[in-house]
Amino acid sequence: MERIRVRLHYGADVWQLSVAVAAVVAALPVITILGLSFSPAENIWPHLIETALPRYVGNTLILVVGVGAAVFLTGVTTAYLVTTFEFPLRRQLEFLLLLPFAFPSYVIAYLYTDLLEFSGPVQGLLRHLFGWELARDYWFPEIRSMGGAILLMGLVLYPYVYLMARASFLEQSPHYRDACRLMGRSHFRTFLFVSLPVARPAVAIGVALALMETVNDIGTVEFFSIQTLSVGLFDVWLNMNNLGGAAQISMVTLTFILILIGVEYSGRRKARFYQSSGRFIPTERVALAGGFKWGASLLCLLPVLFGFLVPMVVLVGNSVAYFDQSWTPAFRSYAANSLFVSLTVAICCTVLAVVISYTKRLHRGNVPLALSRLVSMGYAVPGSVLAVGIVVSLGWIDNSLDGFFRDRFGFSTGLLLSGSAFSIILAYVIRFMAISIGNVDSSFSKVSTSIDMASRTLGYAPFKTLRLYHLPLIKGGALTAVLIVFVDCMKELPATLLLRPFNFETLATHIYQAASDEQIERAALGALFIVLAGLIPVILISRTISSSRQLFQRSG
Amino acid sequence: MTTVLTVQDITCHYGEEKVVRDVSFELESGALACLLGPSGCGKTTVLRAIAGFQPLLFGKIELHGRCISSPAVMIAPEKRNLGMVFQDNALFPHLTVEKNIAAGLHARKPSEIRDAVGRMLHYVRLERYSGRYPHELSAGQQQRVALARALAPNPRLLLMDEPFSNLDVELRERLGQETRDLLKETGTTCIMVTHDQQDAFTFSDVVGVMRDGNICQWDTPYNLYHEPATEFVANFVGDGTFLDAEITSSDRIKTDIATHRGTIRNPEDIGKSVKLLIRPDDVVIDGDSEIPARIVRRTFRGENYLYTLALAGGQTLLSLMPSHQNHEVGEDIRIRLEIEHLVYFRAT
Repeated sequence: MERIRVRLHYGADVWQLSVAVAAVVAALPVITILGLSFSPAENIWPHLIETALPRYVGNTLILVVGVGAAVFLTGVTTAYLVTTFEFPLRRQLEFLLLLPFAFPSYVIAYLYTDLLEFSGPVQGLLRHLFGWELARDYWFPEIRSMGGAILLMGLVLYPYVYLMARASFLEQSPHYRDACRLMGRSHFRTFLFVSLPVARPAVAIGVALALMETVNDIGTVEFFSIQTLSVGLFDVWLNMNNLGGAAQISMVTLTFILILIGVEYSGRRKARFYQSSGRFIPTERVALAGGFKWGASLLCLLPVLFGFLVPMVVLVGNSVAYFDQSWTPAFRSYAANSLFVSLTVAICCTVLAVVISYTKRLHRGNVPLALSRLVSMGYAVPGSVLAVGIVVSLGWIDNSLDGFFRDRFGFSTGLLLSGSAFSIILAYVIRFMAISIGNVDSSFSKVSTSIDMASRTLGYAPFKTLRLYHLPLIKGGALTAVLIVFVDCMKELPATLLLRPFNFETLATHIYQAASDEQIERAALGALFIVLAGLIPVILISRTISSSRQLFQRSG
Repeated sequence: MTTVLTVQDITCHYGEEKVVRDVSFELESGALACLLGPSGCGKTTVLRAIAGFQPLLFGKIELHGRCISSPAVMIAPEKRNLGMVFQDNALFPHLTVEKNIAAGLHARKPSEIRDAVGRMLHYVRLERYSGRYPHELSAGQQQRVALARALAPNPRLLLMDEPFSNLDVELRERLGQETRDLLKETGTTCIMVTHDQQDAFTFSDVVGVMRDGNICQWDTPYNLYHEPATEFVANFVGDGTFLDAEITSSDRIKTDIATHRGTIRNPEDIGKSVKLLIRPDDVVIDGDSEIPARIVRRTFRGENYLYTLALAGGQTLLSLMPSHQNHEVGEDIRIRLEIEHLVYFRAT
């Protein structure tokens, strides 16, 4: 018998190896934090627990509960209104309600502070109208407070809930509702009895995602002097110069995140069972009458007004007014930095995502799947925590490299990785891989596996199969991934702030700096750039992207 | 005749579960074979193993005498020179018909490719559609393009996975016949997988009936119907009912209603209780017969009626009669059994 040595899995092993490497790199920062927090150079656990930690945890808890309630109420109410009822401007509002997504929370915080503080135009107008002169002459709510932070973050984060809830309400068979009404329940009771419970897993996912963003935020809370965990981490690291302490605070933050991941995961598991299995039945919306219909319009208009229109008007106004002071060579270099880093990361993430998704297709086993899940975990790790892990692990690699080169070749390589934009790029890639994997996975899943088998039997090896028959079909999804990751990178503040090399500014850090210097007007142009970029994914989400998808949908 | 494919005692598993156990068969050059069985019987796994997508736990697959799969050897699918046709046709949606058919023709001169594509288009009678995209074709046309694409590189063996099951009844029979003619014309060796007995009978020279990962019988369609090897095959292939019977001598078998003559191949069966297979076409109406039966159900099938008959002892029979012999439900008739092939199984 002819005995042939064939290494079928050889090519495939390269795929699996890349996925394994990606997983290790993605997990490294968190593992480093684990190690460091339990064996720090200087143990500040006791000190932390005695002093600041309860305050950090308490504030974070209040913020999370507050923002959670705000996004839940806003997101579910608006989603239910636009999916169930017919009222003036409903179709426009269905899209407009997504717009606040475009604002990073720190930008909206800076804008509203400028608008509402003592010297701002709103209080100025009130003083002018009523003849007040001093702050003690009248009462005005302080925007730079816990309440203000909850309100403003809720205002830009509710679209997570809105999106998930809306999709869920649309998917629900209208027969649920019809059955409920026939049993004699009112609209509102029907909502409580069936629509909301069925949507609950989806809503939980939305709330969990919004709260991950809340825990991640540093720009807003720092500006408002609310001592949350991320502000504490910032303080312990930069002001007290205690990296071990920062790692210990990170551990506490990660506990919060772990709970949120748990909520999200169980939501996703349940959502699968709740999905209507039958054919899609178009929902007939109930036309509202009289006052109700205008009430519904108004209710949906409020978040759009305060979450998008007002800040946008201020932003455009300031951008125009301060254009000459803003449009400087320095500004252009910040913008170039932002573009360079974001584009690099977007492309890296998408290429990696294609490799990971395709490996999952080649190997139907559990290992690639588990590794891919691990890589996707990065989205949950707050930027500041990620920064601690990256600085420590890259610092270790840099020192080893430096020592090696000094011993062998007599020169120093310095902080090759941790002192360059590489660390920012790495942080972004880890944080945003989940987005690209999600998008690329879903495009891959639309390609029948018999396409793979057809290509293989026609004589194409795995890589050629990918290039010739998959890439053209997943192009749309890959492009979406590039765009969304790009925009998220443009907005990212916490990790950038902590990791940027000396004299390296992006648009986000530039805005942060200007706000710290009380010169927020001069940052308007940069913020406008970021917000305009932020509109791209909103538009992508709102309409079914890429005409190619329809073309490529199998008709048989 | 040369042997193209040898499948020898192959066993495949998914996780803990063995989905294919000790399956063996051979294919001669130019043979059209079919694996027939209910869903989950392992037939598609056998096909995937031959194509190289499914590793073997035990056994061996040889193509033209060369081992392509064994627990130690696994030649990549792209190195096997096989053609494959899929249930969902798997045409590349971003390529035209012409480009789809040319997909397997690598490293050939453009003129050769053009000729080969032209020839294939002619075979499947789609010359006018060469510039169309798959979604612009009907389901039948798409499946013909898929066939052309698989045949264009002159594969050593063609594999078809439920190729006609997405088509409507009339079309699938026509396409099955056409495909058979085309493969015979090109001398292609082919193995098809289906759960539909009609597809299998229309298309193939030889059929393997599978159940629970095993091949129960590997035979011609005629023999499968008239001489099924197991009760499962008898039930799965064609209609029929069983009558309790006893083998009384080396050429006689006795039921409650009659005694039949035929050859009893296994002398050990003499004197044993068995179940005798009665096909609907074994039962004919005969006014002179002494066997009474009552019609309990009637299904109109166009050219004939399928009657369900109740015998005096409570047993039921199926009977196929030309539709001009019209009897009402509840009518009492007399019947005769004309059994050409005695098929019986030991009563359990």
